[in-house]
Amino acid sequence: MPAYAGPAAARPGDIAGTLKLLAYLGLACVLIVLDHRGGWLTRGREQAQVFVQPLWAVAGWPGKVVDSISDDAGTRSSLIAENRRLRNALLVSGARIARLQAATADNERMRGLLGAVERGGLDVQLAPVLDIDLDPTRQRLVLDAGAGDGVRVGQVVIDAGGVVGQIISVNAMHATALLLTDPDHALPVAVLRNGVRLVAYGTGRTDRLTLASIPLSSDVKVGDVVVTSGLGERFPAGFPVGTISALRPDESRAFLVGDVKPAAQFDRGRDVLLLRSAPQRPVIGPAPDTTSALAPSVSVAPPASVRTTPAVKTAAATTAATPPAAATTTARAPRIEAPRP
Amino acid sequence: MSRERAAWVLPVSLLVALVLALLPMPASLAPLRPYFLGLAVAYWVLEEPDKVGLGFAFSMGLLADLVVGGLFGEQALRLTILAFILQRFRARLRFFPMSQQALAIGALLFNDRIVASAVHVALGEPAFPLLAWVSPVIGMLLWAPMFLLFDTLRLRTWRHR
Repeated sequence: MPAYAGPAAARPGDIAGTLKLLAYLGLACVLIVLDHRGGWLTRGREQAQVFVQPLWAVAGWPGKVVDSISDDAGTRSSLIAENRRLRNALLVSGARIARLQAATADNERMRGLLGAVERGGLDVQLAPVLDIDLDPTRQRLVLDAGAGDGVRVGQVVIDAGGVVGQIISVNAMHATALLLTDPDHALPVAVLRNGVRLVAYGTGRTDRLTLASIPLSSDVKVGDVVVTSGLGERFPAGFPVGTISALRPDESRAFLVGDVKPAAQFDRGRDVLLLRSAPQRPVIGPAPDTTSALAPSVSVAPPASVRTTPAVKTAAATTAATPPAAATTTARAPRIEAPRP
Repeated sequence: MSRERAAWVLPVSLLVALVLALLPMPASLAPLRPYFLGLAVAYWVLEEPDKVGLGFAFSMGLLADLVVGGLFGEQALRLTILAFILQRFRARLRFFPMSQQALAIGALLFNDRIVASAVHVALGEPAFPLLAWVSPVIGMLLWAPMFLLFDTLRLRTWRHR
């Protein structure tokens, strides 16, 4: 027997192995292309994902343990500091709620005067984020609430800052949300200042969205706030999406391309809010009289976001008012009803 | 070999590799995560060629794609290629000293990165961040401890190499 087993002539076993390899590679390529195109395979995969849920739950444990440890083991000084900060935040939010309630009442009265159809209040549900990492090149979030908690496909996900994304698949225990920043995601938006309608695309990075094909003639500036426009009937109008951080000409020099810094905090926070029912009527869009509004200050903020803010702040306030030891249980409570004025 | 081997190590090791792939990491460090499943499959292809072959690697890849929620078939493709190369060079790799074996595994994982990037480029999916190209090095460093751990668990004794 030779000391060195070098590559000998091809044996029948080798050829069979190569054929097997080619068969598997071909099969894998077919699966990849089918899944990439979407269709029955993607739907089948979503069904099969039910079986890997226990694994997701297990992978979520360390995150939960770390959370509960950091909640339990806060030192006295950090608790005092946190208390002070939260008390301040509570005061500020309380003041803001009072002001917003006044604005809401005002708004309500004017709508009544106009004879407009009364919109339903914003109905949201708190969903904890299951702390696991999915494929890093896709921007998704697994939520620890599923069909059993009333989550549906297509529900809009928001956080305290603004729109986070939408639910794309729901299992019994978990739901997956597609983030705005996923390259497959597009969102109809409008510039708050003048109602110019645009589409914001995800870029695959958590800190940036792209606005494509902005006409050169449109009055869009760096620093403009972008909100959902309500077109497409998936996202209700008036939720903050982000602020325009840069504008540059595209390759054809006929349009501008804009970068948007998202308002939502994609990489922070343990909970998100799911919108259960949303105002039907778009409140942002081609509004000829918006430009002639006298003072484009905070009061111009669309009614939808006015309604959102109290809901979000109340959620924060509930958590803040309870001692940290109980905070975990509060966060677990899946439902928070927005206050109806 | 007459010594009986612990059969539970194989499924448990693959399960742990899948969970490790899901564990949360800070977003800036996440691309550095080594390909745990690749390492585990590599060990079993080298040590249990009768049980773990191309078909096994392929089905583990499909399972991993379900778990991680990536493109269905991507990891199946990557693991099949990895297993095939290992099978070809198994006879030599098994008699390499640990350091050389780790180097070979590092090269394999690097090749795996290239395959994954090629798939992403071909389909127009977002590319991996630059930091992801460092993860084969981490995988290479993890090979020796992982190999010794698996061997100890499986053979219930310390194998001298």
